[in-house]
Amino acid sequence: MAVKKIKLPKNYQVLSTSMIMLWVLVACIPGLIALTVFFGWGTLINIVWLGLWALVFEALVLVLRKRNLAFYLKDYSALVTAVLLGLCIPPSSPWWLGVTGMFFAIVIAKHLYGGLGQNLFNPAMVAYAVLLIAFPIEMTNWVIPLGVEHDIDAFTGATALDLFRNERGGMLIHEFWSQTSAFGTFSGIGWEWVNAGFLLGGLLLLYKRIIAWQIPLAMLSSLVLLSALFYDGGSSVSGGSPLMHLFGGGTMLCAFFIATDPVTASTTPRGRLIYGALIGIVTYVIRVWGAYPDGIAFAVLLGNFAAPLIDHYTQPRPSSDA
Amino acid sequence: MTTNLKNISRQALWHNNPALVQLLGLCPLLAVSSSVVNALGLALATTMVLVFSNLMVSLIRHQITDAIRLPVFVLIIAGFVTCVELLLQAFAYPLYLSIGIFIPLIVTNCAILGRAVSFAAKNPPLISAFDGLMTGLGFGLVLLALGAIRELIGTGAVFANMELLLPFAGNWELTVLPGYPGFLLALLPPGAFLLMGLLLAIKNLISSARPQSEQATEAAVQSINNN
Repeated sequence: MAVKKIKLPKNYQVLSTSMIMLWVLVACIPGLIALTVFFGWGTLINIVWLGLWALVFEALVLVLRKRNLAFYLKDYSALVTAVLLGLCIPPSSPWWLGVTGMFFAIVIAKHLYGGLGQNLFNPAMVAYAVLLIAFPIEMTNWVIPLGVEHDIDAFTGATALDLFRNERGGMLIHEFWSQTSAFGTFSGIGWEWVNAGFLLGGLLLLYKRIIAWQIPLAMLSSLVLLSALFYDGGSSVSGGSPLMHLFGGGTMLCAFFIATDPVTASTTPRGRLIYGALIGIVTYVIRVWGAYPDGIAFAVLLGNFAAPLIDHYTQPRPSSDA
Repeated sequence: MTTNLKNISRQALWHNNPALVQLLGLCPLLAVSSSVVNALGLALATTMVLVFSNLMVSLIRHQITDAIRLPVFVLIIAGFVTCVELLLQAFAYPLYLSIGIFIPLIVTNCAILGRAVSFAAKNPPLISAFDGLMTGLGFGLVLLALGAIRELIGTGAVFANMELLLPFAGNWELTVLPGYPGFLLALLPPGAFLLMGLLLAIKNLISSARPQSEQATEAAVQSINNN
């Protein structure tokens, strides 16, 4: 059987799991800084608190499963899960929110499925979905970002996407943007910078060839395509501009850090394009016509569901001409 | 005879439990187990239907030909389900409203038809009724356990609103965790699936800790002692 020869890229190198995870952690820093500047220290505290519980639960399950503690703890995958969930939950969340989230992420979504590499679903997104369903009030109350006018006593409120969804009341987009102070140039104040930060980190991961370029490209372009189709010139039923969707909510974090999880994503080149596009489409559909202001967690979980099927139908075939 | 009865109970309650091992009747099990009172209501209703349908099927087992046995069995089960539904409407109307559709759905519970076909159609009436009682108990205990766990995790209390079924039990509500914020997921369908999965895991863990051969020997020794 003729097998197609694949040229390895020049700077190709095999990274160990722990090195990959460390690079992912490093790439989170720009977005984390933006979150801290606009929303205060909450996110940073969340990450430390969740990281602590990630290690506790990971160690506990490893002991129960009679696995080598040091070997598995050193791959940092539990820490990455903790950081990703910490970046997603509101900075003002109560202490038990993080503990519950990490229990579901590490014990249920990761180890009950067989541990790292065996889990069908992205642990951080399983935990996020669980928390969103179980504690809808705590999970939708975000800190009001720096630079948005609000009552002197108010500390938390709805996010920009939330306002866009629920408070627009049939206004044209430019009318609505001029009436609320939550929107900046492209999207929600603060959120533009947070997404720009994650975009920067994502580009670093792409440069280091840690993540596959197909997934973010397909996800972002399907999101842009759909939002351009339904932008409707900013009318009262408009779904919002492509820029608002690209730089709003968790778009960039999802595109580069969450959807690209090597364990739960599609693994074939064509499959990754389909998988990314699916996530982008579902995200847009949930944001504009669904019940939640942002849809990345559910979109990623649905993508995870579909990944094995996508892989099955997109296996590369040996070409006949080689 | 006693060995036989004991064996039936062991099979129905543990080794061949309709909910934990055969995984029959999962739809009502997952849907109605959101609180103890709902679970108890459905457990009692299912057990009643099982006892009487097994008894009736066994009584007419020589008159029914193989070709028509399934429709006849379903008819018998549906008849008793209707009785139970009317009883619930008469004596526990609020509870009937809360578990409503799952009472008529007992007809489709495979555990009941399964017992009718595989046991009652081949055995004498009294022992069939006993088998129905034990199968109902096996199903009901799992239902109650799941209901109690879900109610406790979901609301921090158990035995709330017991007066819907038992008029004297109005003050049975037991707040285990005061000031608990509530965990909505446990009350929703995904929580039912998760906790049912964990119950299955616990059952398998206990079963695998005691190997089958050991259990068999134990049962044999016990039956000798009893005789």
